[in-house]
Amino acid sequence: MFHVLPLAAASELLPAREQMAFTLGFHIIFASLGIAFPAYMLIANYRGLRRNDPDAIELARRWSKVAAVTFAVGAITGTVISFEFGLLWPEFTARFGDVFGVAFAIEGIFFFLEAIFIAIYLFGWKRLSPWAHFWSGVPIVVCGLGGALSVLAVNSWMNQPQGFTLSGGLLRAGGEVTEVDPLKVIFNPALAYEAPHMILAGYMLTGFLIASVYAVGMLRGRRDRRHRLGLLIPLTVALIATPIQFMVGDTAARSIAADQPVKFAAMECVQESHTHVTEYIGGRCTEDGVKGGIGIPNFDSWLVGFSADTEVVGLDSVPASDRPPANTMLHLAFDLMVGICCALLALGAWFAFVWWRRRDIPRTRWFLRAVAVSGVAVGVAIECGWIVTEVGRQPWIVYEVMRTEEAVTGASGIWFTLAGVVVLYAALGTATVLVLRSMARRWRITGSAEDGGGPYEPAPAAAPSGSGR
Amino acid sequence: MSRADVAAAILWVGATFYALFGGADFGGGLWDLLAGWDDEKGARPRAVIRRSLTPVWEANHVWLIFVLVVLWTAFGGAFSAIFTTLYVPLALAALGIVLRGAGFAFGKSIEGLRERRLAGATFAFSSVITPFFMGTVVGAIAAGNVPAGGNGDAFSSWIQPLPLLIGVMFVASGGYLSAVFLIGDAHRAGEGDMERYFQRRALAAAIVAGVFAAVGLLALHAEARYVFDRLTDQGLPLVILSALCGLGVLVAVRRHAPAWLVRPLAAGAVVGVVWGWGVAQFPYLLPTSLRIDQGAAPDATLNVIFGVFVVAAIVVLPSLGLLYTLSQRDMLEHD
Repeated sequence: MFHVLPLAAASELLPAREQMAFTLGFHIIFASLGIAFPAYMLIANYRGLRRNDPDAIELARRWSKVAAVTFAVGAITGTVISFEFGLLWPEFTARFGDVFGVAFAIEGIFFFLEAIFIAIYLFGWKRLSPWAHFWSGVPIVVCGLGGALSVLAVNSWMNQPQGFTLSGGLLRAGGEVTEVDPLKVIFNPALAYEAPHMILAGYMLTGFLIASVYAVGMLRGRRDRRHRLGLLIPLTVALIATPIQFMVGDTAARSIAADQPVKFAAMECVQESHTHVTEYIGGRCTEDGVKGGIGIPNFDSWLVGFSADTEVVGLDSVPASDRPPANTMLHLAFDLMVGICCALLALGAWFAFVWWRRRDIPRTRWFLRAVAVSGVAVGVAIECGWIVTEVGRQPWIVYEVMRTEEAVTGASGIWFTLAGVVVLYAALGTATVLVLRSMARRWRITGSAEDGGGPYEPAPAAAPSGSGR
Repeated sequence: MSRADVAAAILWVGATFYALFGGADFGGGLWDLLAGWDDEKGARPRAVIRRSLTPVWEANHVWLIFVLVVLWTAFGGAFSAIFTTLYVPLALAALGIVLRGAGFAFGKSIEGLRERRLAGATFAFSSVITPFFMGTVVGAIAAGNVPAGGNGDAFSSWIQPLPLLIGVMFVASGGYLSAVFLIGDAHRAGEGDMERYFQRRALAAAIVAGVFAAVGLLALHAEARYVFDRLTDQGLPLVILSALCGLGVLVAVRRHAPAWLVRPLAAGAVVGVVWGWGVAQFPYLLPTSLRIDQGAAPDATLNVIFGVFVVAAIVVLPSLGLLYTLSQRDMLEHD
C-alpha cells in the first residue's frame, strides 16, 4: 500500500489540510453541544419533576428542541468527516484504518443509541409518562460521553500512536500493519488527558452558551423566573467544570511537554533546549524566541517540572522538517485558550462569592454582560485548543509514524471542494442561527414550546390532522 | 467462511439496513419533490411524509456511518481504492447528505413561507441526488471499474450505462419502499385518500424499479460479466426471491392488503437485490481486482468488529425496534 507519492499529491496538501481544519473546526462546536446539551436538558427535566416546577420543565422542553437542531447539524457535519477520511486522506485510512477504526467501530454503537433515544425523548414529551420520558433521555447522556471517548481515542492515538506492529519492523519505514492490539490503541497515553479535556470543554461550551442566551434576555429586561433559572442551571454546572478544566488542561500541557516535546516547544516558542526557561504571554515567535510578549522568568521550566532547573526541550531537538508550522499562531492560540479559562475562573469566583453572601446573582449589569460573552469565548477557546493539538502535531498525521503529506489524496480539485465547503458551511451556520433565533422568537410570543397541550398530556387534537406543521 | 468473509457479511448487513431504511427515507424526499408546485395540494402528502420521517431519519442515517466505518476498518485498502477513484460521485453524495439533513431539520422550524419552501425543496431535491450518486458508486464497483490500487479514472469509472442505471434504480427503489411504508402510515392516521395516493405511487415505483432492474441486468451482462454470470447462477435464488416479492407487492397493494404483509414483501424485494449483488461479487470486494481476503485487517481488528456487531444486535436493534414501535403506535408526536 505504501508507495512513493506522485508530485501532484503534494500540491493538494494545503487545500486538503485547510478543508479538514475548516470542517472539523465547524463540527467540533456541534459535537461539543451534542455531548453536553442532553445533560443540561435532563438536569432541568429532573428538577422540574422533583420539585414540580413547570418553569424547569418548560426549559427542558425548549432545550430539547434546540438540541435536536444542533444534533442534526452535528450528525451531517460528522458524516462529512467520515467521507473526508477517504476523500482527503485515503493513504492514512488505507494504512491505519484497521488500527484507529476499532475506536470508530465502537463509536458507531454510541451514535446509534444517541440518535434513537434523542428521537424518543424529543418526540415523547406528550405521550410518554413523565419519568419514563426522563429515563429515555439518560442513554443520550451516557452515549454522548461514550461517543466522545471513542472519537477522542482516535485523535489521541494519532498523537500517541501505539498498539500496532508494522511489517519490516522499523517504525518509520512505512510497512503495512500486521498486528493490532485494540486495547492499547484505544487506551493510549494521550487519551487520559485529551478525553477529559474535550468532554469538559463540551460541558463548558454548552453551559456558558445557554447561560449567555438568558443573560442577553435579562439585559433586555426579561427578568422573569424562567430566565433566572435558565441562567442559573447551566451557569452553575459550567462554572463548576471550569476549575476542573483548568487543572486537566495544566496536566495535559505537562504531559505534552513529556510526550510531544516539539509540539510544546512550538506552543511556547522554545527554540533551544535549556533550563530556566522564561514563560512568555503573547508576542511573536521568531528564531530568536518570543518578541513583544510579557516574560515571566523561569516560569516555563517551573510549569513543566515544578522547578526552574527543569530543562525544556526546544525546537532545535529535531530537524526543521519535523517542526510544526505557524509557531506564532500556535503560541497565541495556546495563550488565548488559557487566558479565556482564567477569565472564566474569575467569573466563577465572583459569582460564588456573591451567591455565598446574598444567595443571588451579582446585581450589576456587568455580570450579565460577562456571562453574555462567555459562550462565544468558550467557542473561541475550543478552536484555539484544537489548533494547538492539530497544527502542533504537524508535519505528522500519525505522530512520528506517518507524515500528513504521505496521507493526502492523489485526486485533484481539492481547492474547488474547499471553496464549495466554505460556502456550504457558511450557509449552514447562518441557517442554524436563524432557525434557533426564530424558534426563540416564537416561544417568546406563545410563551410555550408547544402549540397546543402541555407537557405530559395529549394535545387537544391528538389525531394527526392535515395541517402538517 | 474466513474471518474476512464474516466481516464482509457484516458490511452487507449494514448495507441492507441502510438500503431499507435509509433508502425509504430518501424515497420520502422523492415523493415530497413530486408532490407538486401547488402548496395546498402538496401539503397533505408532505405532512404524511414528514410525520413518518421525523422521528427515525437520523437513526436510519447511522447505518451509512456503520457501513463506512466497517469498510475502512476491515478493508482499508478497498475503502481507499473506492474513494480515490469515485471521489466525484462520493463528494456529490456527501453534499447531498448535508443539504438533505439541513433542509429537513430546518424545514419545520424556520420562519417564513419562502424560507420553508426553500428548505423543503432542498430536502426533496437532495433526497434524489444523494441515492443516485450512491448508486453510481455501487454500480461502478460492480462493473469492476475500481482498481485495487485505487486512483482509477475519476469520470469514466462511473459515467457508464451500468453505474448510471444503478443510480436511477437506487432512487426508484427508495421511492418504492417509501410509498409502501407510507400507505400504512396514512392508513393508521385514517386518511383514506392519502392511502390511495401512496398506493398509486407504490405501484408506479414498483414497476419503474422493476423495469430498471431488468435493464440493469442487460447492462450487467455487457459491462460486468463476472457479476452477471454469478448473479444468474449462484445468485439466482435471490433474484427469484426479489422478483416474487416485487410481484407480491403489486398484487397485495392492489388488493389493499394490510401493512404487516405488504411491508415485509417490499423489503424482501430489496434484500434479495442487495444480497444477490453480494453473492454475485463473491469472493471479490472489488470485482475482479481485490478479493475479500486480500488486505483484510488483522484478526484482532476483525474481532472488534464482530464484538461491535454482536453488541449492536443485542442493544441497538432492540432500541431501533423500540423507536419504530413507539413511532408506529403514535407515541412519538411532533409539531
